[in-house]
Amino acid sequence: MTITEILFYAFSAVLVVAALGVITARNPVHAALFLVFAFFNSAVIWLLLEAEFLAIVLVLVYVGAVMVLFLFVVMMLDVDLAQMKEGFTRYAPLGIIIAVLVVVEIGSVVWVKHLGVGQQSAAVAVVEGYSNTRALGELLYTKYLYPFELAAMVLLLAIVAAIVLTMRHRAGLKAQDIAAQVAVRAKDRIRIVKMDAEKPSETSSPEKQP
Amino acid sequence: MIPEIAADLLSFLPQWIQAIVWYGVVAVILFISVILIMAFLTLAERRVIGSIQARIGPNRVGPFGILQPFADVLKLLVKEIVIPEKSNKFLFLLAPLLALIPALCTWAVVPLWPGFTVSSIDAGLLYILALTSAGVYGVILAGWAANSKYAFLGAMRAAAQMVAYEIAMGFALVGVVMAAGSLNLSAIIEAQRGVGGFFFWWMIPLFVVYFISGLAETNRAPFDVVEGESEIVAGFHVEYSGMAFAVFFVAEYVNMILISALTAVFFFGGWLSPFEGWNLPGWLAWINTPHPLVGFLWLFSKIAFFLFCFLWFRATFPRYRYDQIMRLGWKVFIPVTLVWIAVLMVLAYCKIGPWAG
Repeated sequence: MTITEILFYAFSAVLVVAALGVITARNPVHAALFLVFAFFNSAVIWLLLEAEFLAIVLVLVYVGAVMVLFLFVVMMLDVDLAQMKEGFTRYAPLGIIIAVLVVVEIGSVVWVKHLGVGQQSAAVAVVEGYSNTRALGELLYTKYLYPFELAAMVLLLAIVAAIVLTMRHRAGLKAQDIAAQVAVRAKDRIRIVKMDAEKPSETSSPEKQP
Repeated sequence: MIPEIAADLLSFLPQWIQAIVWYGVVAVILFISVILIMAFLTLAERRVIGSIQARIGPNRVGPFGILQPFADVLKLLVKEIVIPEKSNKFLFLLAPLLALIPALCTWAVVPLWPGFTVSSIDAGLLYILALTSAGVYGVILAGWAANSKYAFLGAMRAAAQMVAYEIAMGFALVGVVMAAGSLNLSAIIEAQRGVGGFFFWWMIPLFVVYFISGLAETNRAPFDVVEGESEIVAGFHVEYSGMAFAVFFVAEYVNMILISALTAVFFFGGWLSPFEGWNLPGWLAWINTPHPLVGFLWLFSKIAFFLFCFLWFRATFPRYRYDQIMRLGWKVFIPVTLVWIAVLMVLAYCKIGPWAG
């Protein structure tokens, strides 16, 4: 076995353990952290395939952004595990069917590959001076430009939709208008009145306290 | 990319062990130098802020207080590490490491002098973004694992703030990538060669956004609501003591140095001389030579300048209110970067500035 193979099996084993941890951990925060760990390990496996761009993007997007928000939510929620497990027996048959389906699908993919139909050739070591990032960029911005742009538009639409759905303008809401606050001048707020000084009269002078 | 001298010395070993030994030695040297710079940065911070506030600052330990950092470390080392009874002990102790490790790992792709980067990978800029965003886990987990309300509030603030400013930071770097045409940091520096070649001149708004976002990412004043001592005691590290606290402290300062170095690399030409292409008199010509030492000195002085700005800002500005931080990140910085990317698109189309020639 070469070093690469040893590393591959080591990281794959850790990945499988981490993935098992995601579904078996009792504490939801631990489950989320196992998922982060699993992402890191799959990134390393991609690195072993010399797909550095994908590996780094996996860490950037999933570990750096998605899972942070996920953790954020999971930590705020008070998840009651007993309540969650209430419907376990009721939904178990459905779960088993889905699990079987997924196993069959994965099995069929492996079977098709085994027959040699549409088989992917094993990853070949790249030549010196090859840049994974450049190769990906050239493909994305030339051959697959329109699908790429389409995906970007769909994502943008999703962002706008999410913001529109969560933004409500209720009447009577007291919100700050920062621009108005910054633009305020002293003469808008106070009026300075000039008054003549008056002498206190003899009769109405305040009583002296003892 | 093991240099020949090292390869000769280690030639009796198999190639992969050679690589491990070489990179191990480089990593240890880099680690020690970053930690040393960080140690003296704490001293510089106290002296600079002292002088801004018309005080003296620490000047008792050693000449000019130069040994103060070591005295601090000694003090923190001998202090007890208190682990709260109801905390999640494993995560509580893991969190400081999760804060420090990404901060140190990022140094691998920073070009230190002409022709030298520990690991000159093509997706270097993405690697930096990925690792700096992974650094937020240390803060979040510290807040959660400590099982303390103040710490948790600090962690929540940190998570929201870091996610918000990461986006502006990424957009600011899009401009740099457009101009350099590469994600490799050495290539980005090379693209800034020539008179007035620094990207700063064409991307002043992006530079401002990047540097201020960097300030917010490192949770430094005026963005230090994460540890706002007037409201939530000390924020996410309120339950930490001794060396466990010190590791967070080190992570924050290493991140400061890193942001300064990256600002220098992305907008001020890294190890390039700012007088590149000038006709200098003979006795001054050495500052333009591509000698490693000269290059390193330029990078170092640029880093030192930005670090000084960090300290200067801390002594000058009052802390932002939390909603103002969010407003600045989402409603001001992101639109500014988007507009400037459009401006750069026009520049690129007309072949002006970094795109000329």
